[in-house]
Amino acid sequence: MSTESAPAPQGSVTDEQRPRIAVSALTTNLREYGLIIALIVIMLFFQFTTSGTLFKPVNLSNLVQQNSFIIVMALGMLLVIVSGYIDLSVGSVAGFIGALAANMMVIWQLGPLSNPLVVSIVCLIVGGLIGAAQGYWIAYHRIPSFIVTLAGMLIFRGICQALLGGGSSVGPLPDGFKALSSGFIPDVIGPLTLIPPTVNAAGKTIMGSGLTLHMTTVVLGLIAVLAYAYFGLRTRRKRERHGYEAEPFPLFVVKTLVASALALFLVYEFASYRGLPVVLLVMGVLISLFVFVTKRMTIGRRIYAMGGNPKAAQLSGINTERLTLLVFVNMGVLSALGGLIIAARLGQAVPAAGLGSELDVIAAVFIGGASAMGGVGQVIGAVVGGFIMGVMNNGMSIMGVNVDWQQVVKGLVLLGAVIFDVYNKNKA
Amino acid sequence: MTSTILEMRDITKTFPGVKALSNVNLSVEEGEIHAVVGENGAGKSTLMKVLSGVYPSGTYDGQIIFQGQECQFKGIQDSEHKGIVIIHQELALVPMLSIAENIFLGNEHAKYGVIDWDANEERTSALLKKVGLREDPKTLITNIGVGKQQLVEIAKALSKEVKLLILDEPTASLSEKDSQALLDLLLEFKRQGMTSILISHKLNEINRVADKVTVIRDGRTIETLAKKDISEDRIITSMVGRSLDDRYPPREPHVGEVVFEVKNWSVYHPIHAERQVIKGIDINVRKGEVVGIAGLMGAGRTEFAMSLFGRSYGRRITGEVLLNGKPVDVSSVSKAVQHGIAYVTEDRKTYGLNLIDHIKHNITLANLGGVSRHSVIDDLRELAVANDYRKKTNIRASSVYQLTGNLSGGNQQKVVLSKWLFADPDLLILDEPTRGIDVGAKYEIYTIIARLASEGKAIVVISSEMPELLGITDRIYVMNEGRIVGEMPAADASQEKIMRAIVRGEGKAA
Repeated sequence: MSTESAPAPQGSVTDEQRPRIAVSALTTNLREYGLIIALIVIMLFFQFTTSGTLFKPVNLSNLVQQNSFIIVMALGMLLVIVSGYIDLSVGSVAGFIGALAANMMVIWQLGPLSNPLVVSIVCLIVGGLIGAAQGYWIAYHRIPSFIVTLAGMLIFRGICQALLGGGSSVGPLPDGFKALSSGFIPDVIGPLTLIPPTVNAAGKTIMGSGLTLHMTTVVLGLIAVLAYAYFGLRTRRKRERHGYEAEPFPLFVVKTLVASALALFLVYEFASYRGLPVVLLVMGVLISLFVFVTKRMTIGRRIYAMGGNPKAAQLSGINTERLTLLVFVNMGVLSALGGLIIAARLGQAVPAAGLGSELDVIAAVFIGGASAMGGVGQVIGAVVGGFIMGVMNNGMSIMGVNVDWQQVVKGLVLLGAVIFDVYNKNKA
Repeated sequence: MTSTILEMRDITKTFPGVKALSNVNLSVEEGEIHAVVGENGAGKSTLMKVLSGVYPSGTYDGQIIFQGQECQFKGIQDSEHKGIVIIHQELALVPMLSIAENIFLGNEHAKYGVIDWDANEERTSALLKKVGLREDPKTLITNIGVGKQQLVEIAKALSKEVKLLILDEPTASLSEKDSQALLDLLLEFKRQGMTSILISHKLNEINRVADKVTVIRDGRTIETLAKKDISEDRIITSMVGRSLDDRYPPREPHVGEVVFEVKNWSVYHPIHAERQVIKGIDINVRKGEVVGIAGLMGAGRTEFAMSLFGRSYGRRITGEVLLNGKPVDVSSVSKAVQHGIAYVTEDRKTYGLNLIDHIKHNITLANLGGVSRHSVIDDLRELAVANDYRKKTNIRASSVYQLTGNLSGGNQQKVVLSKWLFADPDLLILDEPTRGIDVGAKYEIYTIIARLASEGKAIVVISSEMPELLGITDRIYVMNEGRIVGEMPAADASQEKIMRAIVRGEGKAA
């Protein structure tokens, strides 16, 4: 009698589970929103305790310039951690690359090869090679990444110090190179003066008075916000046209409006100072690229699958060895970029450049919700995690909190964020 | 005269959004072997977790009365203290510790924190004798087989002065021989007066040892059968809520040309380089044909299949693979997949699924090219594919966004199958496709296999369940000790014939 099809004995259970999916979709999003809300709360807290210094345009520019290298390296670290590995060498590699770049530009007379652009490209390639060298042992010889990169951490810090001739620093670096960190994009459209600056009795303008907007920054900001809204709407339309449910429209509107308002506020802040920092533009492009790669590209999907279950990924036809190698090459390139940014900001290469920054980078990724077991983690999470660390550094410094206690607070925040994650996961 | 040792009354346990158990009653008499059966997800394991205190008192409703006393266990320690010991399906032994260390882990004979190794080992030897395991107490767990590990677990339970022993699918990963030994041991314990609860899928085992059977379905007690009423048909009827006249779907085979051929395939062990695991195997599979590979545990069937599939197992692999008469290179998994070969693993949790990701991503993983253009994934196309396969293979989940780790075994298996169906292979190798899956889901898997064959795919089924092979295949190869020792059309085959081929093969090998 029952030869046609099997019954559905669990049907009733499935029905009961149905309302859960909407809830769980909301809670997973809540994790991401929660992180952004936490960042905003922390920023407001410091805005209040520093009596308004945090949001001053000049301070925001500083904040971005000080923390950009952490966030750039966190992008690579996210992929490493999602793959189920760790990289302890990034701080040392960054230091080494800074020393290499400084030597190429200042000490060794290499002729055209000392050009900042050429040096930067060579340094990124060297970073990639370092990543490949470490990734090779991890991927093809299954040496634990903790050990390989711990060795790398010692090796490259040593070479960094040796290149700088013991304890000295090498500099000053050319201005063209320093622009990577401390430069602003040129105002091709021209400034717009809203309130003319006050001129005092001596005929000199008072610094900081008046309001002049960097119009290229404003235009770029507006284009970015419009593009964000447009692509959001287009994706929604497409889903609806194919008959799939999208998130509730009011939620979408609120989300888009809040994000746009925040972005425009930041654009206004930067525009009223000296415009968009170059390093923020570099960071923005990289973040968009990594979001796209992890969310939309097959290689991103494969990295998550490999981190979630390496054996299953391998048996699904994924070349996990090569993928691991690529993840470390990527990490090496981004470490090198981080090193260039540090050197450009300091204007010189110092032996302690990037010292201990691997821990900040790893902390940013874990605060951002990645799992130490691999397979879980989001680019945006890591970026927000990096900013949370950065805002805390900056805010506490302005408040005059001792550096020792700053470390204690950062440690507690890291622990708290991960406990929050684990608690949430167990509850779900 | 018998007395009731355990009574669970009106147990109700709710998880957020799901009622896992509703008013379940279970009554166990002293000195009996009481089987608890039900489909996967029916609530058996949840019930046992309530009983053993994994879910502490207060998180469920109902009463537990053990030896006449109402118990409110706050944790496993409480229930073990009373003499209720549970042995979980996934063994909980520490691989790099010795047998003795494992048995007395957390319960060592020690004075002021200093362990008395002689006393531990002496007691271990006594316990090992009781369970019939001849091993040195100092042997590391990792060096003994799964069957023996199971016995160590039981010895560990005995060390705790157990009054009620609960075994959760104890034979799921054991060979026929080890299973028999384990069941004999249970019967021996029963003679000594111990009470056991046996959770199992294997109805023949229940038939053999159980005094009573309680059937659970959808979190409810359906009925408790006494020894005289126990029959496979009755149990199945009550488990699935309907009678199952035909356990295998009917099929009219349309067998065509030879699609797939393996010639003189040899493989050596990945660690013990001198040990030859596969010894010159020749097989072929035709279009639209379902070919079975029978054999005992350890015959080398999985090793054979995995070595074929992109050399995922073994070393010094030699031999030839022909697809449609032409030799092909299957030296990596991606090459094998490109040539239209798919292998559905025996161990879906370890080798088949990314348990922390959802159904959609798991289904498309082996064929991401099929849902992407220029390496960019088309989200909507992927969703459509996932929904399509979810419907085709009847995966029961709230949506394709449910994590595969939260699915029942049968539904997980359907996700793995969907993954490989979407890769659109010409040859599909299924390794123990219905292991640990309930009766209803098994039938669905058989139906899928039959449909694939009728679509012209060539299918190889590796299975330890001989009735299954006889029921769904067209032709059966018998494997033993790395060789093919017999080949027969399924129509002429019988369990006896297969066993005879194995035994004869053993004689030859010796």
